[in-house]
Amino acid sequence: MVVVALFLFLLSFSLAAEEMILKHATFMPLWSPQAQFAGYYVALDKGIYARYGIALKILESGPGNFPDQALKEGKADFAILWLTTAIKCRAAGMKLVNLAQIIQKSSLMLVSKKSAGIRTVADMDGKKVGLWVGDLSIPPLVLFAKHHIKVQAVPQSHTVNLFLRGGIDVASAMWFNEYHTIYSSGVDFDELNVVSFSGEGMNFPEDGIYTMEQGLHKDPALAEAFVAASLEGWRYAFAHPDEALDIVIKYMREAKVPANRVHQKWMLDRMRDLLVTGTRQEPPGHLDEQDYGYVGRVMQEAGLIRNYPDYNDFAWRADAEKK
Amino acid sequence: MPRKNSIVTKLILVITLSSVLIFAVTLGYNYYQSRMILERELENNAHNLVSSLVYRVETELMSVAKVAEGVARSLETSKHSEQELLALLRTTVEKNPEMYGSGIAFEPYAFSAESRLYAPYYYREKGRIAFSRLDKSYRYVPYLYWDWYQIPRELGKPEWSEPYFDEGAGNILMATCSVPFYGGTGATKRLRGIVTADISLDALTELISSVRILRSGYAALLSRNGMILAHPLKGAIMNETFFSIGESRNDPSLRELGKKMVRGESGFILYNSLMGVRSWLYYAPVRSTGWTLAVVFPEEELLENVKQLSMTMAAMGFFGLMLLVSAVVHIARTIIKPLELLADATDEIAAGNFDVVMPSVASDDEVGVLAHDFQVMAASLKDYIKNLTETTAAKERIQSELKVATHIQESLLPRLFPPFPNHPEFEIYASMVPAKEVGGDFYDFFFIDDYNLLFLIGDVSDKGVPAALYMMVTKTLLKSEGQRLGEPDKILSSVNKILAADNDSCMFTTVFCAILDVRTGEVRFANAGHNPPLIIESGDVRYLAVKPGLMLGPMAGTVYGTERISLKPGDMLFLYTDGVTEAINQQEELYGERQLLKALLLAPKGDVSGMVHYISAEVSRHAAGAPQSDDITMLAIKMTDNTMGIESARSGA
Repeated sequence: MVVVALFLFLLSFSLAAEEMILKHATFMPLWSPQAQFAGYYVALDKGIYARYGIALKILESGPGNFPDQALKEGKADFAILWLTTAIKCRAAGMKLVNLAQIIQKSSLMLVSKKSAGIRTVADMDGKKVGLWVGDLSIPPLVLFAKHHIKVQAVPQSHTVNLFLRGGIDVASAMWFNEYHTIYSSGVDFDELNVVSFSGEGMNFPEDGIYTMEQGLHKDPALAEAFVAASLEGWRYAFAHPDEALDIVIKYMREAKVPANRVHQKWMLDRMRDLLVTGTRQEPPGHLDEQDYGYVGRVMQEAGLIRNYPDYNDFAWRADAEKK
Repeated sequence: MPRKNSIVTKLILVITLSSVLIFAVTLGYNYYQSRMILERELENNAHNLVSSLVYRVETELMSVAKVAEGVARSLETSKHSEQELLALLRTTVEKNPEMYGSGIAFEPYAFSAESRLYAPYYYREKGRIAFSRLDKSYRYVPYLYWDWYQIPRELGKPEWSEPYFDEGAGNILMATCSVPFYGGTGATKRLRGIVTADISLDALTELISSVRILRSGYAALLSRNGMILAHPLKGAIMNETFFSIGESRNDPSLRELGKKMVRGESGFILYNSLMGVRSWLYYAPVRSTGWTLAVVFPEEELLENVKQLSMTMAAMGFFGLMLLVSAVVHIARTIIKPLELLADATDEIAAGNFDVVMPSVASDDEVGVLAHDFQVMAASLKDYIKNLTETTAAKERIQSELKVATHIQESLLPRLFPPFPNHPEFEIYASMVPAKEVGGDFYDFFFIDDYNLLFLIGDVSDKGVPAALYMMVTKTLLKSEGQRLGEPDKILSSVNKILAADNDSCMFTTVFCAILDVRTGEVRFANAGHNPPLIIESGDVRYLAVKPGLMLGPMAGTVYGTERISLKPGDMLFLYTDGVTEAINQQEELYGERQLLKALLLAPKGDVSGMVHYISAEVSRHAAGAPQSDDITMLAIKMTDNTMGIESARSGA
């Protein structure tokens, strides 16, 4: 570690001295700007990427933008993907590599109004359950399969209005996002029943930084610098939450996305909970091999994939290569 | 300057404080009542304002909803070819200027078995009617998964969407009314699609934003989720919900209020507005969309007029009070000034200067009367003092004359004891205490020859100067006639004759007249109406039984008889006037003859002066401080067994 730190220090020093030779790179988050990606926007805005020798461009994301496709097509050098998505892609033959696991816990939850009387997964049998279209529905489908229940899946848009109006009984929600959106629409937390995946033995790590194997082999130093700068961006964001929120909201306004500071604060606070896990000894960004194996196995059992790659093929670590 | 305790100070203090109190209470009550009335009126006004705004919003929303409903019903009742469908939709948009756009989105394969999705949409663009296919324009998320489609589909009833920004249409705030339409009936009834009608909310939010209440009051519109649609906080519009603002301000009351609003309640409350101003809020629901319309009246501005009025009243009150104080000061001064002058003048009078000129008071009020009365009083006092001075002077003169008279009278009575040192065979002692300066009592004793001692005691009727004069005459006559006639009855008869002759004043005298033969102790006596004397012989005391006789003076020609007794050595005669027996105490009880008798029994018999003093003291004791009403005169004579005096008298003669 000392060697790495020294290396990074020297690297940053030499790069600071020769600003002209910044490497261009592109990055696509999972969704439009919000505090879920505060670390990257802060690192960009505070010049941390530049300090690490990267001239980064954060690509527009959101509805209709798919980071995995962007990686595949070479539009993005780096992207945020859920672990489940990444495993599915890799299993489908797409050679992508996990550079860092940012969200260590599952923040996904299934939310219902207490008045509906749905307390457990079993209670959801036959109910209308809102599921996001695409890979984000993988964990719920796995969960329902595990419990051998059949739900009426209703495609859920990116608003919670269908749930609020009573169009569905159960809504998919991210702890850091929709859960608070529902609260901000006048439904108290104690009016809701919550089934969280981390509590259902399905603690699937979510956001991770991915790149294509091909590009990584061409320039491992760039990947290493990107991860280091991103983690530093996160550290800075948690150390300066107000400034981080200012930065995030600035990018939200640029992207013409409704910006609600309280909501973004909630999100940043939850990201802190999700990134920094008290029980793990590993530094942030580490993908636990057991977590990986567990997710792969569950997906395999659910019939979503036939096989999943070896952990060492899937997770690339700069220090591991140096050792 | 008025003194601390002066009437002026007290008046000012009491009147000012009372006025301030009355005024403050009145002002406070007025403010409170005005506020109450204002709040009641406010609630009505707010209710009316909100109702009218809600009505205008509802009217617009309802008209659009009705059109969408009409299209849906028409689709249910008759079959349309694609051309007919497009014509219907286009006409609908054209004919309804308040409508921004309208579309018909079909369920998969519901329009045609060949194509899965079909959703024609007409909308306004730069004043013209434009056409679009939503099944094609929604590239990433099919229209099937949008709120405007999903919610009415899942709920099976018409719904208004949450307002949203439509980026394609110049970023205007829109809301969509979605009406599901069905095919078939009964068991075969199934959803065929959704008719939508969009309206731009810009006109509505502008209408609401244009509402100006007082200076900084406003109207606001919230969506069903509590999203801010119209509000002076421009940055919050479509970014914040009422709840997120409550959370960011850490104000749970806002959240509670917001929940009431989204539940479709209406209410009127005093709260801290989102603008951070204490305000009255009236809110009511827009029924068709579940939105909330609210009007906000800043309390301070609302109460501004009342406060201003109160301030004006307070200022008026203050000046009124000042006026009142100066009026009180003025009145008090006009009362007090002459009073002070009067007080100064009366100080002079008190010091004895009656010539002081009273201050002239022009007014004929109480002070004027007082001043006049003082003037009169001073004059009366002056006269009175003058009279008093004169009277006192006259009295003093008479007093000094009386003093001289007293001296003369005293000097007329023998006062030297023992009077006859060369006659040891008897002892004599007498005293006379006049009740006034001069008295009517008298006594006398003198030898009419070598062995016969005449002694007498008398009491003139009346007291004072007339009695004294009469006594003088009587005493002088008694002395001269005593020496000339030598027998008691003759003496008395002679004196009576003289006195009665010119007795115009009808005065009279009682006299006990006796002559003691000092050799034998024989006493010859005659009584002219006087109290009988007491005889003390061999330790016994008794009243001498005497003929009463008539007093001297009233009647000429009265005859008196001489009686005799014999005094042995040691026997005594005690003569007195009625001043002794009629001495009264505070209870007006007489000393009396029995007490006198008893006192004489107890009196020391050793020497006559001692006995007289003893009786005198007894009488004083009886009187116990009561003023002496009559002259008190006593005379005691005692025979001794000493005959030496006769020899010496004889040899002296």
